[in-house]
Amino acid sequence: MTAVTPITTGRRPPAGVSRSRRGRAGWVFVGPFMAVFALVFLAPIAYSLYLSFFRDQLVGGTSFVGLDNFQRAFEDEQFWAAVGRVLLFLVVQVPVMLGLALLIALALDSGRLYGKSFFRIAVFLPYAVPAVVATLMWGFIYGTRFGLVGNINEALGVSLPDPLSPSLVLASIGNIVTWEFIGYNMLIFYSALRVVPKSLYEAAEIDGAGEWRVITAVKIPAIRGALVIATIFSVVGGSQQIKEPSILQSLAPNAITTYFTPNLYTFTLSFSGRQQNYAATVSLVMGVVTMIIAYAVQLRGMRKEA
Amino acid sequence: MSAPSFTADQTSRRSTHRAPAPRRAARRKHSVARPRRSTVLTLLMGLTAVYALMPLAWLVINATKTQKSLLDSFGLWFSGEFALWDNISQTLTYDDGIFVRWFLNTLLYVVVGAGGATFLAVLGGYGLAKFDFAGKRAVFATVIGAVAVPATALAVPTFLMFSKMGLTNTPWAVIIPSLISPFGLYLMWVFAAEAIPTELLEAARVDGSGELRTFFQVALPLLTPGIVTVLLFTMVQTWNNYFLPVIMIKNPDWYPLTLGLNAWNQQASTAGGQPVFNLVITGSLLTIVPLIAAFLLLQRYWQSGLAAGSVKG
Repeated sequence: MTAVTPITTGRRPPAGVSRSRRGRAGWVFVGPFMAVFALVFLAPIAYSLYLSFFRDQLVGGTSFVGLDNFQRAFEDEQFWAAVGRVLLFLVVQVPVMLGLALLIALALDSGRLYGKSFFRIAVFLPYAVPAVVATLMWGFIYGTRFGLVGNINEALGVSLPDPLSPSLVLASIGNIVTWEFIGYNMLIFYSALRVVPKSLYEAAEIDGAGEWRVITAVKIPAIRGALVIATIFSVVGGSQQIKEPSILQSLAPNAITTYFTPNLYTFTLSFSGRQQNYAATVSLVMGVVTMIIAYAVQLRGMRKEA
Repeated sequence: MSAPSFTADQTSRRSTHRAPAPRRAARRKHSVARPRRSTVLTLLMGLTAVYALMPLAWLVINATKTQKSLLDSFGLWFSGEFALWDNISQTLTYDDGIFVRWFLNTLLYVVVGAGGATFLAVLGGYGLAKFDFAGKRAVFATVIGAVAVPATALAVPTFLMFSKMGLTNTPWAVIIPSLISPFGLYLMWVFAAEAIPTELLEAARVDGSGELRTFFQVALPLLTPGIVTVLLFTMVQTWNNYFLPVIMIKNPDWYPLTLGLNAWNQQASTAGGQPVFNLVITGSLLTIVPLIAAFLLLQRYWQSGLAAGSVKG
């Protein structure tokens, strides 16, 4: 996102009068977006900040408690266990998914494939599948009852480890998320690769660079911006996880606790636990944690760029 | 960085976009710019295609099975009687045709939510790309900052707010939050900056055209590929919407498809509930067909639109 160059209009209007008129016109276009944005983004943030300073009790009603909720969040083992789980997930899943997506994009871009456009669309297609449907599908496939895993066990007389057992369920979720988004990320990388000037490859080749060297020295640096953006989106998306675990919960109630991810925990707190003030606090803390991670990714990406 | 012009006809010529380079390199037989096709690499890619398509194949195959043969046949091959049509009609009529109702709800959320989100993003992106105005930097900073805020973390406070406003359990509770797509705004901004020559706008102004008229008559046609892209991606998002409706909607009559399917699945898993796995599977298939069709039919538009986004990205 740092790579965004704010685009200024090429030519300035000549006179001051017309400039202020144009200024108002700018707000006519941006205003509607910002108004709704304020309602659904800024107001809820402000509201949860407000909520986080209060406590609502059956006896005694609402009372101002200062930073008590935050203190509780920082000492909350369930919350930090959930954060740790999500971090573990991010550290493994995001590099695997983006690495594979990059390899596929490079393969498509290399021009060495037969049936390139088929592969491009085939790998992308899962993105069009809603997460709920994807999770239900994979949930069935994982099933030892009538799923593929069960079929394979039966056919080969083996017993594969249950993908929905507590020790494997995080990896199984990682697989679902990877399946859903690998094509989307591949396409972002591929689109970025396509606009790298071909003359750069030729120049490198004349200098005696082999294909692998062209990839590491020319192609990957040229799409660093796209890599950083995709990493940030994947990190933010991964840390918000709730759909996949909450849908798999009915299939794997023992493996997925009500505080499996921070979001699932907030959801449980506010709807089953009716602790909305504390839920708002946890949301805020998680938002800050996510932003710190996203910011760190961005800094790292920029430093390499320099 | 070379700035390609993103017009529909450019993408239709995609297959030949490498034409100039190979011609220059034609003296050599194979090079980075014109490589030899590789069977090994194609086979490796075949594996990824199998990974991507296998679950979809599983879904199609199992939508043709009855509830009974679903449980006792091999998942990746057909078995028993061909029950696809039975399953479809059962899905559509089960529980007084609630699936059709969910489908119409989803359509409503998608048309109003994704359509509205695209409209706001197009207007805003155009305004950011082509006008200088007070507060532009602040707009940029706020929206980019908001992308990093976990949207689902907003869901709980939004619910509390909306319940005070009496909006929960109504379609508005799902529609209003889907009207904002920061990614759509960003994409339209980049796209409008590339696709609309400022000179063209100046010319229209000189001719006395008002700003809104200039937008609709001059700018909008040039933005078409970007608009289709944003529309498709916001559509996917709204179609995909799950967490927000889970929180906002308690009445099954206002469920979107995703919630309905999950409700059927849970019904099947609870003791005493009627197992309707065949309906969950057939319903899932019916849910993804429209989206996959849209992506396949509109390929040339969204691919060029995404390309525009990644240039600046």
